[in-house]
Amino acid sequence: MPIITYRQALNDTLGEELARDPNVLLMGEEIGKFEGSYKITEGLLAEFGPKRVVDTPIAEEGFVGLATGAAMLGLRPVVEIMTINFILVAIDQVVNHASKIHYMFGGQVRVPLVIRTPSGGIGQLAATHSQSFENWFAYCPGLKVVAPSTPYDAKGLLRAAIRDDDPVIFIESLPLYDTKGEVPENDDYVLPIGKADVKREGTDVTVVAYSRMTVVAMQVAQQLEKEGISVEVVDLRSLRPLDRPTIVESVKKTGRAVIIEEDWRSYGIGAEIAATIQEEAFDYLDAPVLRVAGLEVPLPYAQEMSRAAKPSAQDLVDAIHKVMRGSR
Amino acid sequence: MAKRDQDGASAVAKNGARSFAKEDQEQLRHYYYQMVLLRRFEERTSEMYTKAKIGGYCHLNIGEEATIVGLMAALKPEDYIYTNYREHGYIIARGTDPGPVMAELFGRETGVSGGRGGSMHLFDGSRNFMGGYAIVGGQVPLAVGAAYALKYQGKPGVVLCQLGDATTNIGAWYESLNLAKLWQLPVLFFIVNNGFGMGTSVAEGSSEPDLYKKGASFRIHGERVDGTDPLAVRDAVARLRERAEKEHEPAILDVVSFRFRGHSVIDPDRYRDPEWVKANRATHDPIPHFANALLEQKIVDEDWIKEVADRVEREVQAAIDFADQSPPPKMEDMYRYMYATEVPNTLSAAEQELFETRLKGGR
Ligand SMILES: Cc1ncc(C[n+]2csc(CCOP(=O)(O)OP(=O)(O)O)c2C)c(N)n1
Repeated sequence: MPIITYRQALNDTLGEELARDPNVLLMGEEIGKFEGSYKITEGLLAEFGPKRVVDTPIAEEGFVGLATGAAMLGLRPVVEIMTINFILVAIDQVVNHASKIHYMFGGQVRVPLVIRTPSGGIGQLAATHSQSFENWFAYCPGLKVVAPSTPYDAKGLLRAAIRDDDPVIFIESLPLYDTKGEVPENDDYVLPIGKADVKREGTDVTVVAYSRMTVVAMQVAQQLEKEGISVEVVDLRSLRPLDRPTIVESVKKTGRAVIIEEDWRSYGIGAEIAATIQEEAFDYLDAPVLRVAGLEVPLPYAQEMSRAAKPSAQDLVDAIHKVMRGSR
Repeated sequence: MAKRDQDGASAVAKNGARSFAKEDQEQLRHYYYQMVLLRRFEERTSEMYTKAKIGGYCHLNIGEEATIVGLMAALKPEDYIYTNYREHGYIIARGTDPGPVMAELFGRETGVSGGRGGSMHLFDGSRNFMGGYAIVGGQVPLAVGAAYALKYQGKPGVVLCQLGDATTNIGAWYESLNLAKLWQLPVLFFIVNNGFGMGTSVAEGSSEPDLYKKGASFRIHGERVDGTDPLAVRDAVARLRERAEKEHEPAILDVVSFRFRGHSVIDPDRYRDPEWVKANRATHDPIPHFANALLEQKIVDEDWIKEVADRVEREVQAAIDFADQSPPPKMEDMYRYMYATEVPNTLSAAEQELFETRLKGGR
């Protein structure tokens, strides 16, 4: 199987879907001539022209709403929001409109809309440019939220999102764009939205992660294997719907759970998973469920502070050691 | 053309002076019938609200009948309509049966949105009535998007985007104006200028009180029209609609009328001087105005006016009866419209348990 980057997987998929369905179009700031802030749409304007690859003005509320309205009439817009921080000015259209229209109008109209956007971040992007808001959207019934961690998953889930008749928030990650992985050629595979993936089997502890944190979890799992700790990694892939059965089944097997997420702990995805585990697998737990997350501050710029505010692989190692001790 | 005076009222054009010579008399009678239907529907809606048959927020179109009927007379079947939450009259004038509209207000399965939407969220896909929206300004980008889809797919028709006067102060409207003109989209912005947001008058909320000028910096043409004259509204819409369709030229129509009651049925309207409201109602009521014009020009007689009133009374009563006799949505259909494409794991175990309790009638 060819090995390609996460970026390439996204770019290939967008191109393939544009070629497959004339109602698919891409929309966003600087995605055409500039070829995308992170070059996810590189070459697509040249190949498909300005009708299919649309540069928008800086007006997130306007063009997210426009894409939603266009989806109501049968187009299948794939909108790029430069980073998830900027979706806040469009949140009314996502939360009060796109997510409600099918249900609130008694199923008379569909909203086949995809919003792709990178969440989180590394480097010194500071307070306004490196937040994770996927939980805001995962909170909202009517939306689907997916967050692939590998090039293979990125391709399969982006296909699923574009072919799905509901609004899908597709969470990417800047540091993942250059990561590589196997992706089959000439294979029209689609991954199901709403299903988690056990990325690595293990028997001692379950680590639940998604997006970039899955990569961290996989590295930690490999490292701890040498110490004789067998880590199972559950990659959520989908945040809404959330595949609770896979999480619960894994925890019933291992008896221990650690959740790692990239941003603030309070009210986060980790809180939801911890609550689910205690609701559905309490009797199987050999140790308290732990959460690894970032510090709850507006991300400071200074390099040392910036790094300290984000969760690290070592934090995950420490948490795993803690839950292992808790039962030994 | 109507002009607003200083305290927010507008002067009605002399409808009586207008000649109906070139008009199809049957059409004129139909406009009158529709206006009376909308008025009576809203009066009975208000009554049903006080009887607790209707819940939530409920906004009436009383005083705006000529605006609505004139608009719908100019729109074509292939056009799409997006409105705000004050939309009962729009969906009825578009041709939807009053029964399913009232049933929606009652929260019944037979309602136009299956009882899921209520007064503020009416929808009729079969008539391209694309919904009432209750977040101020929310419908505006959606309407522009519908116009985008029409142009993309090379389809005929235009999109009519209705909004209130106070909605011209929200950001979504400005982003939408820019996109509509930048991409030359077939959309008409139809401002129902009833003089007030909730209690805030146009002049108190907008630094440019001439709302039709608010498209100027986007190079969007704007006009003002008397919203109490159905023919004036019809003709203005028809002209701008044609231009929007043929030349993909968006436009703003500032349609001036007077809001007869409070903002919603539960608003006691304490912030407006009752004497002033009363005086304005008398001068701005489109229905007697139009009736007098029809009578004066001998297009109808008093008996006919009475017949219309009787017919409308029966029709609105039938709508109420239909709503009353309709069942509420089935509890087992709680999640029915959650997703158009089914996916696994939509319900957690805890949610499933609660839902089953509800299904068994548990509270
Ligand atoms: C974003 C938002 N802010 C506030 C409200 C509450 N609200 C509902 S209607 C309204 C006034 C709108 O007035 P206008 O646009 O003139 O329409 P009208 O009700 O007169 O038809 C307000 C403030 C809302 N629904 N949405």
